[in-house]
Amino acid sequence: METGIAISFWILAAVMVASALAVVWLRDIFRAALFLVLCFFSVAGVFVILGADFLAAAQVLIYVGAIAVLIIFAIMLTRETQRGSPSGRFRFIAFLVGLLFLVTVTLVVVSTDWHAITEIPAEPTTSSLAQALFSGESGFVLPFEIAAVLLLAAIIGAIVLVRER
Amino acid sequence: MLENFGYLGVFLIAALLFALTMIMLPPLLRRFGIVPKKPNPVKSSTYECGMDTVGKSWVQFNFRYYFYALIFVIFDIQVVFLYPWAVSLGQLGLFGLVEMAVFFLILIVGFVYAWKKGVLEWK
Repeated sequence: METGIAISFWILAAVMVASALAVVWLRDIFRAALFLVLCFFSVAGVFVILGADFLAAAQVLIYVGAIAVLIIFAIMLTRETQRGSPSGRFRFIAFLVGLLFLVTVTLVVVSTDWHAITEIPAEPTTSSLAQALFSGESGFVLPFEIAAVLLLAAIIGAIVLVRER
Repeated sequence: MLENFGYLGVFLIAALLFALTMIMLPPLLRRFGIVPKKPNPVKSSTYECGMDTVGKSWVQFNFRYYFYALIFVIFDIQVVFLYPWAVSLGQLGLFGLVEMAVFFLILIVGFVYAWKKGVLEWK
């Protein structure tokens, strides 16, 4: 059991890192998008290994589903994007921003006090999460319905914005 | 829980192996001389039994497809809420059902608006 989890973790980690590198290095932006989907999918696998089953499902639904579709649509709707960014004019600035991000993330990871909780986490998480979200006494019923209103505003807003032209 | 996901992993591996076998089978069969290699121009064209393609493979898609992506994303977010709700509907009971019905009613307004505005029409 333990070795099985370790083996699947290392396979997933290798796939994740390799596909992330492919996203950066591939010249064809559409292939890069497909490798990004693979990267998202292996992140979902790592969530499963960590025992976060709802997070894995949400990762597959939102990132592999929605975000990937949005990225691919953005590529398909744009003209002449096949070769990626044509000029390396912003290469130096991009390097600086990337370096800054790396330094920030490294600092946060190093300086955070990572303490492990002693109590056993709930498993599977989905049903307890549903209880916390939907139950009448202690749930978040009003925020849940307000989320529906927010999504409604997103639909109508997007239609109005685009149909004006 | 991990055991159930283990089955999922087995399915994934089987799907991968199936796809790899299907891709690798023709070259392997040719390599071992089981399949004869007799190419001709018609046979090695991209569509042996169809029309030849015109122009580049890259076309800019119509902007109308944006609405389909948008509606899909909204449905996707709905499913994220539906999934934990469906898992524990038994414990939530009637209250949970009404809750989700209200959620859907609010969102259906948006879909009806999209429908009435004709964004889903194919022109």
